[in-house]
Amino acid sequence: MAKHDTPLLDQLESGPWPSFVSDLKRQAETKPECWDILGQLELSYKDKITHWKHGGIVGVFGYGGGIVGRYSDVPTQFPGVEHFHTVRVNQPASKYYSTENLRAICDLWEKYGSGMTNMHGSTGDLVLLGTRTENLEPFFWDLTHELKQDLGGSGSNLRTPSCCLGQSRCEWACYDTQEVCYHLTMHYQDEIHRPAFPYKFKFKFSGCPNDCVAAIARSDFALIGGWKDDIRIDQAAVKEYVAGNYPSNGGAHSGRDWGAFDIKKEVLDLCPTGCMWMEGDELKIDNAECNRCMHCINVMPRALRPGKEKGATVCVGAKAPILDGAQFATMIIPFVKVDKESEFQEVIDVIENIWDWWMEVGKNRERVGETMQRVGLPTFLSVMGVEPVAQHVTEPRSNPYVFWKEEEVEGGFERNVAEFRKKHAM
Amino acid sequence: MGYDPNNPMEGRITDLGPPHYSKFLPPVIKDNKGKWLYHEIVQPGVLVHVSETGAECYTVRAASARLISIELIREMCDIADAHCDGYLRFTTRNNVEFMVDSKDKVQPLLDDLKGRGNKFPVGGTGACVTNIVHTQGWVHCHTPATDASGPVKAVMDELFEYFGSMKLPAQVRIALACCLNMCGAVHASDIALLGVHRKPPMIDHERISGVCELPLAIAACPLGAIKPAKAEVNGEEVKSLKVNVDRCMFCGNCYTMCPAMPLADPDGDGIAILVGGKVSNAKSAPKFSKMVIPFLPNNTPRFPEVVSAVKNILEVYAKDAHKYERVGEWAERIGWEKFFEKCNIPFTDKCVDDYRLAYTTWRTTTQFKYTSATDAYTK
Ligand code: HEM
Ligand code: HEM
Ligand code: HEM
Ligand code: HEM
Ligand code: SF4
Ligand code: SF4
Ligand code: SF4
Ligand code: SF4
Repeated sequence: MAKHDTPLLDQLESGPWPSFVSDLKRQAETKPECWDILGQLELSYKDKITHWKHGGIVGVFGYGGGIVGRYSDVPTQFPGVEHFHTVRVNQPASKYYSTENLRAICDLWEKYGSGMTNMHGSTGDLVLLGTRTENLEPFFWDLTHELKQDLGGSGSNLRTPSCCLGQSRCEWACYDTQEVCYHLTMHYQDEIHRPAFPYKFKFKFSGCPNDCVAAIARSDFALIGGWKDDIRIDQAAVKEYVAGNYPSNGGAHSGRDWGAFDIKKEVLDLCPTGCMWMEGDELKIDNAECNRCMHCINVMPRALRPGKEKGATVCVGAKAPILDGAQFATMIIPFVKVDKESEFQEVIDVIENIWDWWMEVGKNRERVGETMQRVGLPTFLSVMGVEPVAQHVTEPRSNPYVFWKEEEVEGGFERNVAEFRKKHAM
Repeated sequence: MGYDPNNPMEGRITDLGPPHYSKFLPPVIKDNKGKWLYHEIVQPGVLVHVSETGAECYTVRAASARLISIELIREMCDIADAHCDGYLRFTTRNNVEFMVDSKDKVQPLLDDLKGRGNKFPVGGTGACVTNIVHTQGWVHCHTPATDASGPVKAVMDELFEYFGSMKLPAQVRIALACCLNMCGAVHASDIALLGVHRKPPMIDHERISGVCELPLAIAACPLGAIKPAKAEVNGEEVKSLKVNVDRCMFCGNCYTMCPAMPLADPDGDGIAILVGGKVSNAKSAPKFSKMVIPFLPNNTPRFPEVVSAVKNILEVYAKDAHKYERVGEWAERIGWEKFFEKCNIPFTDKCVDDYRLAYTTWRTTTQFKYTSATDAYTK
C-alpha cells in the first residue's frame, strides 16, 4: 500500500489539539493500511461525502453482535480498507486499565487489525477500528483464550453496560457503580451477545445525580445514586468556606476572579428548593424539602456530603430523537437498595420486570421509552407493580380525558337503556 | 494452538465478559475505594482526591483525539509505567487520566507529558471546555452528513485556551454527532454539533429491487413519505419507490434500510448547531439542546463557519452568564429571544418547531422581551 497525497488532511496536523492525522501517519509506518485510511478520508474531504458502504452482516459464530461490518466503496484505490469492520471489546468498569492489559490488546490489534482504535465508543466499549472478515474468528480466539476477554454488544440486544468511576475515586458515589456494572454485565452475557429484544437496551450507572455517564439521557435503564436521610454537614468546614480558606466548587472556577465567596449568593440563593439558611455561622438545611440537586455539595465538597442511607433511583426509557423526539428517562422507582450481599436482587427484579413486559408488547425497533409512550405511564407503572405517586410527574394532567376502567366505576359500564328511558324520555 | 477454520467450534470460549475491574485499579485507588472524603482541582487538569485514611490520589487529565493508534496507546502505557505503577484510565469524554499517589510525583508527570509535543495537552477539569464526545463520520460510518474527527480537531484547536483553563461560568460540554441518529448523544449538550442532510434520497431504480425489500424501505420512513412506484429501466417496467419530497425530513432512515436510496450530497450536507442542553441533575433538571443554527456548510478541512459559530456562542456566554450557570440556564434566564440577539444569530423559521408535539415550544404568554428583532413593531 502506497502513501497518498493528503493536502486537505495535512491541514489538520497543525494546531495545539492532538492530531488524529499525525497519529495515523505515525501508525502507517508499521501498519501500511493506515495510508489507505488516510487516502480514503482525503477523498471524502475532497468529495464531502462518505466512502463507506452498508455493513452487511459479519460477526463471530454464535454471537449476534459485537462487530460492525464495513466495506469501502473505492476498494481498488484503497485495498487496505476494502473490509474495515469494527470490533467492540467490552471495557473494564470505569475504563481503568493496567498497561499490561492495554499492551496485550495493542499487540492483538497489531496482528489482526489496522492498528487504529477509539478509546472509547460512545456506549463505552473499547472500539478496535478496521479489520478483514477472515481475521474475525482468529482475533476472537486469541481475545478469549489469551486475554480472557470478550466482545461487547451491538444490535437489538443488551448493549455493553457502563458506569461512572463511582466509589473508586469519587466521594459522592452513593453505591458501588463498578460492582453493579460488572455483576450485571456478567449476569446478562447471553442478553449482550444474542439479540432477542425488540431493539437495543442500555444500562448506565451513575453514582449520584451529577450523572457523569449521562444515564438519564442515554440509557433505557438508568440507575442514579441518591440518599434518603440528611446531607452531612461539617460546620467547621462551612466556616472555612465562608472565610475564603477553601476554594468553592473544588477549585473549578479558579481561573477567573469571581470575587470573594458569598455563601448566600452562591449556595443559599441557588438552592432550587430554597431549603437552606444560616443561623449565625451555622448552615441549616431543611432536608425534607431538599430534592438532592447536588448544587450545595458540588460547591462545598469539604463541608457537605451525601447522607448515610444510600441507594439509587431507577429511571427508565431515555432515547435519542429518532423518530418521535428525544426522551430523557422517566423516574419510576424513587429508591432501591443497591446491595451486593443480595447480588443486587432488587435491581435485577426491576430490570426483568421491564424486559418480560417489553419483549411481549414492544414492537420491532421500538425502544422501551417509546413503548412506554405508546401505552402511557399509568399502564407502565401498573406493569411494574408501582403505585403512582406525585413524584412520577412534574405536574398533574391538565386535560380531563381519564381512561376510567370498568371496575373502577361503581356499578360498572353495563346499564339498561330501557330503565334509563323510563325516567328520561327522548 | 489457535483458531482452526476446519474445526470452528473446537475449544471455543464464549461469554467471558470483561475482566474484573479490581485487577486494573492503581493501589491508591484500590485501598481507598469508598473512603474518599473530598476532592480539589489544584490546577487545570490536575485533581487531588483525599481519603479518610489521609491518602491522596493526584490525577492528571490529558486530552486524546479518541481516534487513536496503538502506537499512541503504547506511548500512554510508557508514561503510566514510568510514573503510575502501570495503571491508567480513560474518561467518558475521551480523555486519558494518569494517577499518582503523592504530590511530588505530579510535576515530573506533567513535565513528561509536556515534553511530548501536542500529544497530551493537560486540562478538561472544572469550568472549562473539556473534550468533545463524538462519533465516526467519514472515518467509518456509511450514513454521516459530516465528518467527526476533523470538525472536533478544528473546534478544539480554536477553543484550546478553554480546555486548559477554568474561567467559564460553568463547565461547557460540546458533543458532535454526524447524522440524526446521534450515536454520540448530542441531544443534551451545552453546544451540540449535528450533521444534517438537506436533500431527499435519490432512487437507484436499476438496483433497488435487487438490494432492498421494498416494504421495509416504505415502513422505515417515519413520515410515510415513501410510496411504491413503477419505474422504467432499459425499456422495462420495474417495481420501485418514490419519495414525496415535501414530507421528507432528511433523516436517512430509508437509506439505513435500503442502500439504493442514497441522500448524502456535498452541497446538501452540513452541520446544525443546538445549544443549551445538559445531562446533570445539578441545580436545574436535565435539558435538551435546542436548535439555533439550522445549517452550516461542510467546508473541509477546517470547517471555519462551524468553528467561529461555536466560539462566538461560547464567548458571549462566558461574558454574560452568572457563576455556576450552564449555557441552557443562562439562555432561559435571559430568554431565548435575548440569546439570539446577544449572539447575533439570525432567527429563522427553521428554529420554530413544526414536528410532532411542536406546540409545547410556542409562546403562549404575553411575557417576552423586545429585542432588535421586534423593531418593526416598536420603532
Ligand atoms: C436509529 C438510531 C441509530 C442508528 C441507525 C445507528 C446506527 C449506527 C451505525 C451504523 C453505527 C456504526 C458506525 C460505524 O461505522 O462505526 C453506529 C455506531 C454507534 N452507535 Fe449508533 N445508531 C443509532 C443510534 C444510536 C444511539 C442513540 C446511540 C447512543 C446513545 C448510538 C451509539 C452508537 C455507538 C456508541 C456507536 C459506536 C461508534 C462510536 O462510538 O462512534 N447509536 N450506530
Ligand atoms: C372537552 C372539553 C370542554 C368542554 C366540553 C367544555 C365546555 C364548555 C362549555 C359548554 C362552556 C360554557 C358553559 C356555560 O356558560 O354554559 C364552557 C365554558 C368555559 N370553558 Fe370549557 N369546556 C371544555 C374544556 C375547557 C378547557 C380545557 C378549558 C380551559 C382550560 C375551558 C375553559 C372554559 C372557560 C374559561 C369557560 C368560561 C367559563 C366562565 O363562564 O367563566 N374549557 N366550557
Ligand atoms: C454539575 C456537575 C457535574 C457535571 C455536569 C458533571 C459532568 C461530567 C462529565 C460530562 C464528565 C466527563 C468529563 C471528561 O471526561 O472530561 C464527568 C466526569 C467526571 N466527573 Fe463529573 N460532573 C459534575 C460534577 C462532578 C463532581 C462534583 C464530581 C466529583 C467530585 C465529578 C466527578 C467526575 C468524575 C470523577 C468524572 C470522571 C468520570 C468517568 O469518566 O467515569 N463530577 N462529569
Ligand atoms: C438515545 C439517545 C441518546 C443518548 C443515549 C444520549 C446520551 C448521552 C450521553 C451519554 C451523554 C454523556 C456523554 C458523556 O459525558 O460521555 C450525553 C450527553 C449528551 N448527549 Fe445525549 N444522548 C442521546 C441522544 C443524544 C442526542 C440525540 C443528542 C443530540 C442531539 C445528545 C446529546 C448529548 C450531549 C450533547 C451530551 C453532553 C452533555 C453534557 O456533557 O452535559 N444526546 N448524552
Ligand atoms: S456521577 Fe456522581 S458519583 Fe459518579 S463520578 Fe459523577 S459525581 Fe461522582
Ligand atoms: S442538594 Fe440542592 S436542593 Fe438539596 S439543599 Fe443542596 S442545593 Fe438545596
Ligand atoms: S451518528 Fe450517524 S453517521 Fe455518525 S456514527 Fe452514528 S449512525 Fe453513523
Ligand atoms: S430521509 Fe427520512 S423522511 Fe426522507 S424519505 Fe427517507 S426515511 Fe423518509
